[in-house]
Amino acid sequence: MDKFVRLTATACPLLLSNLNTDQILPARYLKWPRSKGLGTVLFDDVRLDASGKPRDDFAFNNEACRGAKILLAGRNFGGGSSREAAVYALYDHGFRCVIAPSFGDIFAQNAVKNGLLTAVAPETDIEKVAVLVRADPAQPVTVDLERQAVTCGDISFAFTIDPVSRNQLLNGWDDVDLTGSYREQIAAFRAKDRTLRPWVVPSEKL
Amino acid sequence: MSEPRTLFDKLWSAHEIARREDGAALLWVDRHYVHEGSFHAFSQMKSRGRTVAEPQLTFGVADHYVPTRGRDTGISNPEIAAMVRNLEANTSENRITLFGLRDPRQGIVHVVGPEQGLTLPGLLIVCGDSHTSTHGAFGAYAFGIGASEVAHVLMTQTLWQKKPKRMRITVEGALGPGIAAKDIALSIIARVGADGAQGHAIEFAGSAIRALSMEGRMTLCNMSIEAGGRCGMVAPDATTFEYLRGRPFAPKGANFDRAVEVWSALVSDGDARFNREVALDAGDIVPIVTWGTTPDDALPVDARIPDPARESDVTRANYLREALDYMGLAPGAKLTDIAVDRVFIGSCTNSRIEDLRAAAAVLHGRTSKVPGLVSPGSSTVKRQAEDEGLDRIFRDAGLEWADSGCSMCVGINGDLVPPGERCASTTNRNFRGRQGPGARTHLMSPAMVAAAAVTGHLADVRPLLAGRKV
Repeated sequence: MDKFVRLTATACPLLLSNLNTDQILPARYLKWPRSKGLGTVLFDDVRLDASGKPRDDFAFNNEACRGAKILLAGRNFGGGSSREAAVYALYDHGFRCVIAPSFGDIFAQNAVKNGLLTAVAPETDIEKVAVLVRADPAQPVTVDLERQAVTCGDISFAFTIDPVSRNQLLNGWDDVDLTGSYREQIAAFRAKDRTLRPWVVPSEKL
Repeated sequence: MSEPRTLFDKLWSAHEIARREDGAALLWVDRHYVHEGSFHAFSQMKSRGRTVAEPQLTFGVADHYVPTRGRDTGISNPEIAAMVRNLEANTSENRITLFGLRDPRQGIVHVVGPEQGLTLPGLLIVCGDSHTSTHGAFGAYAFGIGASEVAHVLMTQTLWQKKPKRMRITVEGALGPGIAAKDIALSIIARVGADGAQGHAIEFAGSAIRALSMEGRMTLCNMSIEAGGRCGMVAPDATTFEYLRGRPFAPKGANFDRAVEVWSALVSDGDARFNREVALDAGDIVPIVTWGTTPDDALPVDARIPDPARESDVTRANYLREALDYMGLAPGAKLTDIAVDRVFIGSCTNSRIEDLRAAAAVLHGRTSKVPGLVSPGSSTVKRQAEDEGLDRIFRDAGLEWADSGCSMCVGINGDLVPPGERCASTTNRNFRGRQGPGARTHLMSPAMVAAAAVTGHLADVRPLLAGRKV
């Protein structure tokens, strides 16, 4: 997994609340392998109108959002379905960081496993950055994970992220490798648990 | 004296293998359910040259993509057929028991796990599906995970987690006639919001919860995720133990009795502290329907649709306008004036035998004014319903009686609500496009869906139950 330490990039303002994973990546794309280009169908059902044309009122479609690596989002971003492909779609489209007032728990967990930073910040602060970015789409935004700070022009504010996710992103830790170093403890737990709770192994298989 | 602990604290500590300095804990996983959508995780595992650590604790279920009609003739859509075949290959290569398309036990993973006795109190249960919270009904710590975590569990039978906060939702009193677990769930979500329980493990408590059947508890815990909760749970009790006794994979004989002894201690201590408490009075709960595009857009069926013009908060007013526009609804209209185009009874939320009985009690001897689909939660539920003659009631009412799967809740098997159509649905998400692009979903209980079917519009089921045995 790629590390995330600091990023300076342009940002796309998309301050809609409750943009859930069904909206981020519609279910019909879930059978696609990642290599088929999930980034190309990101937000498809909210981005396009019934006839398949891009909606003018959906900020993501603006030329200004092209190349943005930071997404400025609304409350409860990524709620709903556990589909990790929603994270793949955002990442493969080019996003490396989403800043929002809150995130769906499973989405946030999936994001960190893929090197996508979910930064939690007050709505008013995000709105201030959105105002600057709307006025000048080339305005760079810096997200510094070590300092847990966002800066944009003369705006600067702190964001929060749980220490576990922060550690993982800063170090680019791979969970499976990390867990490998706990092999003995896992084996000991398993052996003891089999005597404490023998019924956990389904009876038809004993 | 040790610190008083919540049920969740007890479940957490029973699974903790190790804890890092930053607070992350490595947890042991007792049960891992996989489905067709788990293919990303199997690919990740293969690319590392690894195999499944504990095949005997891992179970596969074909549910998300399976056809609910014409199953005998095979799957005509090659992409969907490939999804089902892929699961068969991944499970057989890894010696994982599969409840596949042709298995008489096939069904929705959150229906099959409990009914086969695989879901037990005290277990840590994961699945790559957000509605895994369902299994918390048994006093299990059950939650949905993404593909990377599924891969991690496949390879190690463990998972790194940070401990969620604890939230207790207490519902005291008796539910009125015709009021179901779904009405409790939607009332809670309307109260706390679609993200109200974010970062929390919910425990449902109180006399109204204790009085629920296992089916009702599963509906309630299933919807925990729609309040943003990490998981939901109900402390196991006699209702739980009786449900489990004799189930195929449940412990047997002395092993069962010993388990019950241990399970009986899975309750929150009397003075345990929760980070947040919410209380509802069961007597206040009425039939609820959703009108908008998030599950917290839920109102009593006799209410009117919100009017953006009367909303002082600009963001909220904008949201209301967009939601009403998508849903094709007029501000201030009565919910009971909303005509529906079709109905759906099914999904991991409301497709168990009790749900089908509740809908059939309303439909018996009546005709649906709109087309509709009934997809039982499992092939086992289907057979039981047929033994009870419920299939006849649905068919006689004009509804289609289909096979089991996720079906029209998520639409990826091809069971879709056509664009612009309005569906009264027993499912869990009224998101834009959830039941198909442009589909308009109203969530409600199975009895309320039946009421919408026979009247052709959203309707209070209670008058329709007068003089009927429910």
